[in-house]
Amino acid sequence: MWEQIRLNKRRSVYLVAAMALLLTALGFVIGEASEPGAGPIGVAIAVGVWLIMTLIAYFQGGNILMAVSGARRIKKEDNPVLFNVVEEMVIASGMSRVPDIYIIDSPALNAFATGRDPEHAAVAVTAGLLTQLNRDQLQGVIAHEISHVVHRDILFMTLLSVMLGSIVMISEVFLRGLFYGRRIRRSRSSSRGEGQAQLVMLILALVLAILAPLLAQIIYFAASRRREYLADAGAAVLTRYPEGLASALEVLAANAYVPLETANRATAPLFIVNPLQASGLSLGLFSTHPPTEERIKILRSMAGGVTSMPSYLSAWARSNPAVKPQYTNGTPLFNAAQTRAPSPQMSPSATVASAVPLASPRNPAREAFDTVRKAYNYKFIDCSCGLKIKIPPNYNRPTVTCPRCKSVYKV
Amino acid sequence: MLINLFYVIILIAVVVALTVVFLYNSLIRLTNQAKNAWSNIDVQLRRRHDLIPNLVETVKGYAKHEREVFEQVTKARANAMQAQGIAAQSQAENLLTRALGQLRVVAEAYPDLKASQNFLALQEELASTENKIAFARQFYNDSAMRLNTKLQSFPTNIIAQLFGFQPLEYFQIEDANARNAPSTNFG
Repeated sequence: MWEQIRLNKRRSVYLVAAMALLLTALGFVIGEASEPGAGPIGVAIAVGVWLIMTLIAYFQGGNILMAVSGARRIKKEDNPVLFNVVEEMVIASGMSRVPDIYIIDSPALNAFATGRDPEHAAVAVTAGLLTQLNRDQLQGVIAHEISHVVHRDILFMTLLSVMLGSIVMISEVFLRGLFYGRRIRRSRSSSRGEGQAQLVMLILALVLAILAPLLAQIIYFAASRRREYLADAGAAVLTRYPEGLASALEVLAANAYVPLETANRATAPLFIVNPLQASGLSLGLFSTHPPTEERIKILRSMAGGVTSMPSYLSAWARSNPAVKPQYTNGTPLFNAAQTRAPSPQMSPSATVASAVPLASPRNPAREAFDTVRKAYNYKFIDCSCGLKIKIPPNYNRPTVTCPRCKSVYKV
Repeated sequence: MLINLFYVIILIAVVVALTVVFLYNSLIRLTNQAKNAWSNIDVQLRRRHDLIPNLVETVKGYAKHEREVFEQVTKARANAMQAQGIAAQSQAENLLTRALGQLRVVAEAYPDLKASQNFLALQEELASTENKIAFARQFYNDSAMRLNTKLQSFPTNIIAQLFGFQPLEYFQIEDANARNAPSTNFG
């Protein structure tokens, strides 16, 4: 768990560095394009804009976010259950202070956390969430938010989003200045070489001004998706009950069509599920959250086992194999039982039960395991329901029952 | 040459000293975190003890004739408050949990009581406090595990031996069902 957080911190540094590089490059190129030799001034302006915005975000970010989202702070008397659930998760995570608790008066189902460190944290949930979820589900959601706080995700995401904001702002100002004003001065010396160099810079600046915001968004959203997975894992570790969050996400996904009016593209990554889904703004690289079904699947597949970071990671790996999981009637073809190679000492019932639902002949991993089974003298029976029953050599009863459709076969 | 060697030795000594300081401090931090976690358990246990008289009074208002259960709970609470030592304490707390379970069973039989706002609020507080006890124990165990892992792994084990750090005991639950008890919902 702690190693994961540390590893994540290192990756975060790379991401911030990439963003910073993009910002300075943009400043330099725009500066050079405006006037030869003004590159450093451009960098200074870009960094200046970023610095001011960062300072504001660092000290006032939480309050601004709460105000923008239309959240109002509540006291314990207003909603004792919510308060208790938050306090429970604070104790489970070993945080030293109970975060401020806010409610957003919206029928949408969502939640987010803010604050630069655990001492300045705040958690906001929508009124819809409180009415639709039961206590266990609410606990899963709050645990996810508290994990964000403990992992310092909020500080990092604020830093990145401010950089993104600066990049977008500088690009906009430059592009608008280009089209509406006459800010680009001809170079004073009329020598050919310098004029050409400026032209090259101008083209570079144009390209960068158009591309940088997109690139920055891709970096920002990639970081956000990773952190959602980690916060899910953290929630499972805190509650030791992944099913709570899994079923909560199910309810949230089912209600995704209810829009959260106060959310926008900049605040979207902070929420537990993408609040903009209702307006259809999330696809691939530009999606702020991993697909909810994917998150549910990972949580469910760890529900039976030991609740720890490694077990979440292996569950994650199971759902992201080199061969992309194929879906048939919404049932994942890859499941926990299948990825474990059988051993000949396994008890008969255990091996029969591990027979894989929904046989698919194209699955190379399964074929490989079947070859191993053949080598151990396993027998195979193709059930009428499509299931391939695998019978270990030490199975000594005369008949076998299909674990899926319950039809009986002779061995 | 000799002077260079001297510098190298000094440099190594400084690095070693700094490492020792760093590792020692990390052990102190983990020990204090675990101790703090342990005292958090006590805070929550005390909170549960404080809530019980209120709950008993509320139930009494509706179910006067269940004297036996009230006495049981009161006695178990007194025992739990007096218990000394980890083993005795956890045993007394388990008995108290069982007595409270009986009180809840009694409450089930009185629909008026079950509908009373006061009772529901107390019930939520008590259930949450029990959750908090469980989570505080969980965090204590996590902290103890982090410390113990550090104590056993190289190179912190050398520092630990040098300064006499002791591994912490884990909090164990005898009854596997005991852990599930708090999450029972009476709403």
